[in-house]
Amino acid sequence: MPAVNPAPGHPELASGPTPAPAQTPAPVGDPPPAGDPPSAGSPAPTGRKVVLEPEEIRRALTRIAHEILERTEGGAGVVLLGIPTRGVPLARRLAERIEQVEGRPMPHGSLDITMYRDDLRLRPARALGPTEVPAGGIDGAIVVLVDDVLYSGRTVRAALDALNDLGRPRAVQLAVLIDRGHRELPVRPDYVGKNLPTSKQEVVRVMLAEVDGEDAVLLGRADSGGPE
Amino acid sequence: MNRHLISAGDLTRDDALLILDTADELAQISDRPIKKLPTLRGRTVVNLFFEDSTRTRISFEAAAKRLSADVINFSAKGSSVAKGESLKDTALTLEAMGADAVIVRHSASGAPQRLSGWVRGTVVNAGDGSHEHPTQALLDSFTIRRHFGRSASSRSASSRAAGAGPGDGALDGLRVTIVGDVLHSRVARSNVLLLHTLGAEVTLVAPPTLLPVAVGSWPCSVSYDFDAALPKSDVVMMLRVQQERMNAAYFPSVREYSRRYGLDAARMAQLPDQAIVMHPGPMNRGVEIAAEVADSARSTIVEQVANGVSVRMAVLYLLLGGAEGDS
Repeated sequence: MPAVNPAPGHPELASGPTPAPAQTPAPVGDPPPAGDPPSAGSPAPTGRKVVLEPEEIRRALTRIAHEILERTEGGAGVVLLGIPTRGVPLARRLAERIEQVEGRPMPHGSLDITMYRDDLRLRPARALGPTEVPAGGIDGAIVVLVDDVLYSGRTVRAALDALNDLGRPRAVQLAVLIDRGHRELPVRPDYVGKNLPTSKQEVVRVMLAEVDGEDAVLLGRADSGGPE
Repeated sequence: MNRHLISAGDLTRDDALLILDTADELAQISDRPIKKLPTLRGRTVVNLFFEDSTRTRISFEAAAKRLSADVINFSAKGSSVAKGESLKDTALTLEAMGADAVIVRHSASGAPQRLSGWVRGTVVNAGDGSHEHPTQALLDSFTIRRHFGRSASSRSASSRAAGAGPGDGALDGLRVTIVGDVLHSRVARSNVLLLHTLGAEVTLVAPPTLLPVAVGSWPCSVSYDFDAALPKSDVVMMLRVQQERMNAAYFPSVREYSRRYGLDAARMAQLPDQAIVMHPGPMNRGVEIAAEVADSARSTIVEQVANGVSVRMAVLYLLLGGAEGDS
């Protein structure tokens, strides 16, 4: 399990009926306010709270899948692009649900935005994520960007620039599992799993089975005494 | 990673794998209609070439331009160097122009090292004398990795997540034979160091006169018998006979050298089925490598040039793309 040390007792929280705060050693948390995708080496939340259980994540994604189909009139010409790291498995899950409903393949892939970030000079150069565009390309398509947490909106700005270099979609929409507010750019999501009011001191951590071994969304407070 | 790239020996295994993995992602850019990323916008990269070079200079220039850096080309011919300017004065001129990176090629071993003490920017060694050529070694490892299915794109997500180990994209256990003018070759030295770091087993094959004195201290084995090494090679890397650096007779005749240490079709037939043939270029066809071998399906020579751009993009991004002064 990379970078994440799930709290002892967390599995029972995940399957238990009520969310309860986990008083445990802190795992690696969401990054500082400069950017939204989770990365290693960021402040660890303490006193975390489970805000979405696996079942709730599943229902939210099913609802988003149906909303995408509704808004795009059956999903014709839609391409789902997940933003690494955790947007990629989310896009894959959405594509699977849409395929189940519609009975035809839903093109999906990933779009790495590292080289387009506006805070590259603020931190050491970082490793790149994969960019995999479905064979049909994105020209004339309705691209739905998929990410785990929408925060400042800067990741989405970078993603729009990255898309611009790949082709010319007919329209671009945005699907996020969590919208935690505090936008710094005029960006608005089209599909939201859960609106989660937060303070800037809090840290939202999305965990997905494909990356972290289990599904959960945790809310914690940034550990001010922690490293970095 | 260090701020400069002077020697392949300065790279840890993790550094090298980070560069190769980054190059894997950047290689996709060359398949796109818009082959450009905004990452190094506003940064200045100076190509400082005191020695002739076509592919390395063009490769660095293409890499820097694909990352949106401004590129200034400086070649010793037609510059103040021809009027007698010293390396240090040239360096101070570049410093005054605000170069963020200096790509330097020089006929004197150690020139990039000296330069790194005079300029504030990042120094990348593009070949110094018969010392080192680290980006060539990186692109060679990148090419080998792709051919033997060890690059990130060909690894499963699980082995990638597992981190270090044989699945981490290194070259553990691969047998690489480097043949020819090792004495004058900066490519050979950099390759031995990097391939060793990445876990490959390296054998140098050359006439005794074309091996450096200290080769016993290199992390590799040495042989004088090319034919014996062939069946035990996954990769054969041919080196150019650098006649321009030879001020003495290192072998009786070109024909004799070619017969004993040249790779022709008959020798290529002795290689294992999966083996590949590499050459850093420029080639002396008919001397160290026969034309039919250079043009065969096993030859990766053209591919090496294409991979050079991706690898140099990765190096420039990792050295220049982040915050300054990071470790």
